[in-house]
Amino acid sequence: MAKQKLVLIGNGMAGIRAIEEVLKLSPEKFEITVFGSEPYPNYNRIELSKVLQGDTKIDDITLNSWQWYEENDILLYPGETVTVIDKDRQRIYTDKDRQVDFDKLIIATGSVPFMLPLPGADKDGVTAFRDIKDCENMMDCANQYKKAVVIGGGLLGLEAARGLLNLGMKVDVVHIADYLMERQLDKTAGKMLQSELEEQGMNFLLEKQSAEITGQDRVEGLKFKDGEEIEADLVVMAVGIRPNISLAKESGIPVNRGIIVNDYLETQVPNIFAVGECAEHREMVYGLVAPLYQQGKEMALKICELEGEGYEGSVLSTQLKVSGVDVFSTGKINEDEGTKSIKVFDDWKGIYKKVLIDDGKITGAVLFGDTKDGNRLLSLINKEAPIEEYTDTDGADAAGTNLVAEMPDEEIICGCNGVTKGTIVESINSQGLSTVEQVKGCTNASRSCGGCKSLVSELLEHTLGDEFDQNHKESICACTTLSKEEVVEEIKAKGLTHTKEVMNVLGWESEEGCSKCKPALNYYLGMLNPKEYQDEKQSRFVNERLHANIQKDGTYSVVPRMYGGVTNSNDLRKIADVADKYEVKLIKVTGGQRLDLLGVQKEDLPQIWSELDMPSGSAYAKGLRTVKTCVGADFCRFGTQDSIGLGVRLEKKFEGLNTPHKVKMSVSACPRNCAEGSVKDIGVVGLDGEFEIYVGGNGGTHMRKAELLSKVKTEEEVIDTSAAFLQYYREDANYLERTSAWVERVGLDQIKSVLSDKKTFIDLNHRMNEALSVLKDPWKEALEDQNILKDLYQNVKVPSGSH
Amino acid sequence: METLLNEVFVAKVEDLPEKIGKTTVVGDLELAIFKLDNGKVHAIENRCPHKGGVLAEGLVSGEHVFCPMHDWKISVKNGKVQEPDVGCVQTFEVAIKNEEVYVLLPE
Repeated sequence: MAKQKLVLIGNGMAGIRAIEEVLKLSPEKFEITVFGSEPYPNYNRIELSKVLQGDTKIDDITLNSWQWYEENDILLYPGETVTVIDKDRQRIYTDKDRQVDFDKLIIATGSVPFMLPLPGADKDGVTAFRDIKDCENMMDCANQYKKAVVIGGGLLGLEAARGLLNLGMKVDVVHIADYLMERQLDKTAGKMLQSELEEQGMNFLLEKQSAEITGQDRVEGLKFKDGEEIEADLVVMAVGIRPNISLAKESGIPVNRGIIVNDYLETQVPNIFAVGECAEHREMVYGLVAPLYQQGKEMALKICELEGEGYEGSVLSTQLKVSGVDVFSTGKINEDEGTKSIKVFDDWKGIYKKVLIDDGKITGAVLFGDTKDGNRLLSLINKEAPIEEYTDTDGADAAGTNLVAEMPDEEIICGCNGVTKGTIVESINSQGLSTVEQVKGCTNASRSCGGCKSLVSELLEHTLGDEFDQNHKESICACTTLSKEEVVEEIKAKGLTHTKEVMNVLGWESEEGCSKCKPALNYYLGMLNPKEYQDEKQSRFVNERLHANIQKDGTYSVVPRMYGGVTNSNDLRKIADVADKYEVKLIKVTGGQRLDLLGVQKEDLPQIWSELDMPSGSAYAKGLRTVKTCVGADFCRFGTQDSIGLGVRLEKKFEGLNTPHKVKMSVSACPRNCAEGSVKDIGVVGLDGEFEIYVGGNGGTHMRKAELLSKVKTEEEVIDTSAAFLQYYREDANYLERTSAWVERVGLDQIKSVLSDKKTFIDLNHRMNEALSVLKDPWKEALEDQNILKDLYQNVKVPSGSH
Repeated sequence: METLLNEVFVAKVEDLPEKIGKTTVVGDLELAIFKLDNGKVHAIENRCPHKGGVLAEGLVSGEHVFCPMHDWKISVKNGKVQEPDVGCVQTFEVAIKNEEVYVLLPE
């Protein structure tokens, strides 16, 4: 099927984030073209203030490099502006006389800074603070001039002022209201902020209305309506932004303050979407990053024609990024009639906290000096929590670490990118992360505004415990310092196809690896690419190479498959005949309800299999061993479900599967659990009308009771849930890690949350089926391949007397 | 005392699997023969000094074999058990003539 054409106008944070979401959902569906007026790849506009403040370089705030566009086959036209949208023909035109057709169009033109229409506003030295060019302009200016005036005492103005101070300029901040950041703070916090910033060297002129910018060609001063005048070599206007809707408006797309969109970010014109600061949703226009990202997510679902819940608006929160000042506000800022509040004011330490309550629910908060509780308050507001939920575990005294410990896994830590505690903890655990930077790289948490950085850091400390400082990371063996996750990532990224190549390319310390990494790499390669990967016999342990269990005397044992523990007189007769003919030393019923023929010579193995003519029991495999069953509904007076039937189905489905370690399953037909599901990797217990699925049990060295993963109604659901669980285990666990250890390490909640995502669940099932599709019975395969028979099973016998 | 050596034909080079041991029985003697990545062929006694594991079934890595029983690491070149374990297995000289593998055994 031909790819649809998806065109994005605006190469900023909102638009590109939406594209990232689209790529995640349907990487192959679209041919993507992006137009951006600025000559840069996508960068983090929020961090411009950090660049200006000297903490960060422009290169460091790039979010998606040129390479990213290439790797994702995105055609980018930087420095090119779309001038016309022909909505009927579904085509756009640009200022470079280009025309491009689209099937779907995203408008993400963001906003433009609002410039006060003052006389003299066109003089040199008057600038906005919006993009890289403005930022560079201000930095140049600071090299030559001394005195800056910032008009606007809001978030952006204060960040600009702080930057200019750092650049060595004297800074006056002019503000029309009687206190700073009046949209986000109440008067108390605003005044505290002012005195803090005054200590840092800013000078404030409040309740001042600008009238004129004076000077010849270049700005020399600023005049106010009250007649007062101040000197200025640079005037930065930071009085606000307005949605950039001119293109949409001229093209006939309905706009109000912004481009009007519905809950799926659709404009009123078919196939045209708008997202970010240019969009108006339920009469709200957002200028912060978190809402834009939430919008992008919902829009991407719609564009990819997937089910979504729609965007319902965002609760705003603000965090000032001025060094040395901690300010946070969210939701409602000022009390009105009927609002109650909790206030803490410590003038001495400079701490102020106000939590607003309407009808017993938390509706807003302002924090100054100590903003630790910010994210928690935001999430309480989002879930409309009663105030008791906050007061009962009052964060004022609780250390941050306790706070993160109490959070449920699904709580959002990074509001900008929607990253939950569970995701972060899981990444820390599974990928051996030990720094905020690594968490940022892996999960996107704190990648945008950085407001949650302290929470991420606390989460690291809480999760790693004593290991926090030791930068602990577990490598897969002594041949390398890389962890399993890193190796798997590299295999994927570099398209590596066999073990030796992995060792060479990833700089193994020993050229040929060891008994730990060879089988592990063989497994990971096969897991990642089941269809193409050529299994390496020389990287398999003897049991798996020969498909029989080696015994201490060098003989082998053979276990034919017996689905669900069921056999018949014919099979028993064959087994008995084979045992006689090949002088089997012992026949034993195994713990998994099968028959084991012990004491067989290696050279006799092929002949025995051939005569048995039964599938391999995989009793030697790092894979599914058996599915133990009870008698169940047909015979047992308690049994409520057909445990044998389901056990056979499960065994036939997963037979021959490779897993990080052996996997045992069971199906019982009633809560008596006769098949001992509590000590199985997957233990199914049939009740009247439903099944319970337990996972992570082990009766061996690492004794562990299985935990309830889910309850389902049908056998199909049992099979699909088992498949999803097993596939997640296959992909996520370290080689030779049993499900019991794995479940303990990643946590059942994490596994539940992964499987509860419908799309993930289906994807896991798909990948499982792909892996199962290539499996062959190993005994049959050996019998049919003369090379395997000769290389693996035949010994060389030099006749006696030849020497 | 002088020991006479006897050259015993084992297999053609091409018939030996690469990086997988081949169990070879000569009279009462059981050898593990390895053809390595570099084409070289080595012969050692087929029993681990630890608990008699059959070394021919071990995982081969470079010039070492890992015993399939308890993972001892043994050099196929000089028979030395690698640290932290100690001991050695007997090695036998191998000669290749006309693409045929001969082991030199004591008379």
